Amino acid sequence: MDILSSLWAGFAVAALPINLALILAGCFAGTLIGALPGLGPVNGVAILIPLTFAFGLNATSSMILLSAVYYGCMYGGRISSILLNIPGDEPAIMTTLDGYPMARKGQAADALAISGVASFIGATLATLGLTLFAPLLAKAAIYFGPADYFALYVMAFATIGGISGTDPRKTLLAALLGLMLGTVGLDPSTGVARYTFGSFNLYDGFDPIVALVGLFAISEILFFLEQKAQDRKLIPKGRVFPRLSRVKEGLGASLRGSVIGFIAGILPGAGASLGAVMAYSFEKRLKDKGSFGTGDPRGVAAPEAGNNAASGGALIPMLTLGVPGSGTTAVMLAMLISLNIQPGPLLFERSPDLVWGLVAALYLANFVLLILNLPLIGIFTRVLGLPAWGLMPLVVAISYLGVYAITHAAFDLMVMVGFGVLGFVLRKLDFSLVPVVLGLLLGMDMENNLRRALSISGGDFTILLQSTIALLLYGITAAFLALTLWLSRRGNRAPVAEDAR
Amino acid sequence: MSWKLKGLRAASVAVAVLIAAPVSAAECIAPADPGGGWDFTCREVGRLLAEQGLVDGNVQVTNMPGGVGAVAYANVAGKRADDGDLIVATSTVGVTQIAQGKYPGGTDQMRWLGMLGADVGVIAMAKNSDIQTLDDLMAKLKEDPTSVVTSGSSGAGGWDHIRLLLLAQAAGIDDIDQIRWVQFDGGGPAVTQMMGGQVGVVSTDLGEIRGFVESGDIRVLAVLADEPVSAFPDLPTAKSQGYDVTGYNWRGFYTGGEVSDEDYAEWVDRLKTLYESEAWQETAKASGLEPVWRGGDEFASYVTEQEQQMAEISRQIGVIQ
Repeated sequence: MDILSSLWAGFAVAALPINLALILAGCFAGTLIGALPGLGPVNGVAILIPLTFAFGLNATSSMILLSAVYYGCMYGGRISSILLNIPGDEPAIMTTLDGYPMARKGQAADALAISGVASFIGATLATLGLTLFAPLLAKAAIYFGPADYFALYVMAFATIGGISGTDPRKTLLAALLGLMLGTVGLDPSTGVARYTFGSFNLYDGFDPIVALVGLFAISEILFFLEQKAQDRKLIPKGRVFPRLSRVKEGLGASLRGSVIGFIAGILPGAGASLGAVMAYSFEKRLKDKGSFGTGDPRGVAAPEAGNNAASGGALIPMLTLGVPGSGTTAVMLAMLISLNIQPGPLLFERSPDLVWGLVAALYLANFVLLILNLPLIGIFTRVLGLPAWGLMPLVVAISYLGVYAITHAAFDLMVMVGFGVLGFVLRKLDFSLVPVVLGLLLGMDMENNLRRALSISGGDFTILLQSTIALLLYGITAAFLALTLWLSRRGNRAPVAEDAR
Repeated sequence: MSWKLKGLRAASVAVAVLIAAPVSAAECIAPADPGGGWDFTCREVGRLLAEQGLVDGNVQVTNMPGGVGAVAYANVAGKRADDGDLIVATSTVGVTQIAQGKYPGGTDQMRWLGMLGADVGVIAMAKNSDIQTLDDLMAKLKEDPTSVVTSGSSGAGGWDHIRLLLLAQAAGIDDIDQIRWVQFDGGGPAVTQMMGGQVGVVSTDLGEIRGFVESGDIRVLAVLADEPVSAFPDLPTAKSQGYDVTGYNWRGFYTGGEVSDEDYAEWVDRLKTLYESEAWQETAKASGLEPVWRGGDEFASYVTEQEQQMAEISRQIGVIQ
């Protein structure tokens, strides 16, 4: 078969010693970059680009290194989500919801193992999808217009009402707050400055990663200051070795999460965060009997499989059309161009070595990451044994460094602290922080697509209902809302779960 | 180059990357994050200036993102207006922002050094569209400005939008503010949305959609250049079809408004020498730019003229009052 022989040739490229070494190095660096709050895949990849030039790597090897870092970040982001309740990067936010409660119950090792295996399943299935169907899926994704994207985001927001265990009204309010904060800055479709109060620093709006680090990491420090070191209950380290039985509990969720995440990834622009959100909320709607939000293994597996599958899916529009499916793939595209390789519909024909070498490298990177991550669980859980007076200042230092390294602006450090105070206040009021970040993160894309649809129709709102895809998405949303209502009527409502503090 | 030498060079560059560049006088501000066009301009030009010995030591690149260049503009105007060692990367996008009053001050605040290259504007349709030529498109828009939805990678009033409207004006279309415009996050997404039938026309930089031009998935109605583009000599210019419009997205530099005539002339000289070097001609072509030179006073008056032209059309479509 054609694909098999191409893939075989790809493995021959990926198995060159230099490329194997790059896969190993990239996976390790990626895991680390992903785990550090602030540094995520976008900046991880951007930081490494000068190094690929410096080492004189060819395009294939550079792409292999960067993709290994990309996949590694997706694995790494969950580690700090689970251990510290601080997401390492945006797509790992959903993992805090059940991962951290598991850690608090002394099951950190289990949570890390479950999410590691889920990441492996998600990424491997996505790579398989990439191998078999890439050109086909890319053609289908073209027909997804602005109105359809808008419907997709409506679905995402309609389902996050039940995301966290707290009062759904508070969740919605928090999401609205995020949406509002997302409107700050230059309006992309007309260039008008909104809520900038004459400050050029606010023209670009709030960077979601700065908000994320502020809301989660800085507010955590403020809590720590309030409670004093000795009063703080140490999290039990619990078992050091994960149990196979717990890992099995997450398998079904991983498979479902992979499919949802993969679809979100293929759509240019939607990306890994949306994949994680959709995977989690679908899993919760489907399977929740009240345990989600309190440390349910399925609540860890679904979003992790979702965000890893989405990052695999995001490579499809990048390789087949030269259109970025996420922020990270946008950076990778820029690098390809500067290496004099023109991304676009002809990439498969013109650079088969690069495309298939990369695909083969992704399979290898997945195995490396799984093998790398499982034995490290024992080391990671030891973080929990660190005294808080040592750990917390370190987290602050890393947060400051990470944010400054990305934005190069002292102003953003102030923004981060501002978000930290906001996070502190919201948590005091028993709000979950996850919907705030989601509002900020997804709200901008949601607004842009609504504006695009209306620009096309000249202001006529009926365009939103004229596409079959959009109607289908609204139908699914309505069905889910109806299901929720029906479940609550039956008195099967989830008892109010512990908040995500 | 032997492996050992390559390794040594790699190690030294890696060290430079990790510990920041060695101290040097010349500095280039890229008013954006690493990875974008302005950053590329600073880094490539800085590297070549150093390699050819046109500056002492290295050119240090500082990233100062914010406000589509406004943060750097304010910083230079306020704090470093007389710093003769400093250059700042900019492009047509920066001048558009200035023309629409989104920077603190007009183009007269700075001294404009020169442009070294330009990406070329392009007007493209889906290949299965019934519109075959630029004349067809303009005739259709003239009949009903809302009949074809146009799009590109800038917002309304951005350069992609404005150069399309300049073309429409040249075609004698009066109600250009009626033409529908959709912004996408880059030329690639705009083209895929056009292939999916969501929009009718894409106006953007040729460099952004080269892959689709090569694959033949789209039909290019016109490139907005004086002469046919060297990489695609078969693509017709708008001029050859009777529309006197060019739409370059040039890459160039400015320096502070109080920099001495001596320092200013020296920078213009350096950039001109660089432009004429083979290394720059190659670098520019590799990254999809047409090497184009305008320098010194000629460049300054070009920028002023462009600012006025953009302000005028922005008023016409209601982007500014």
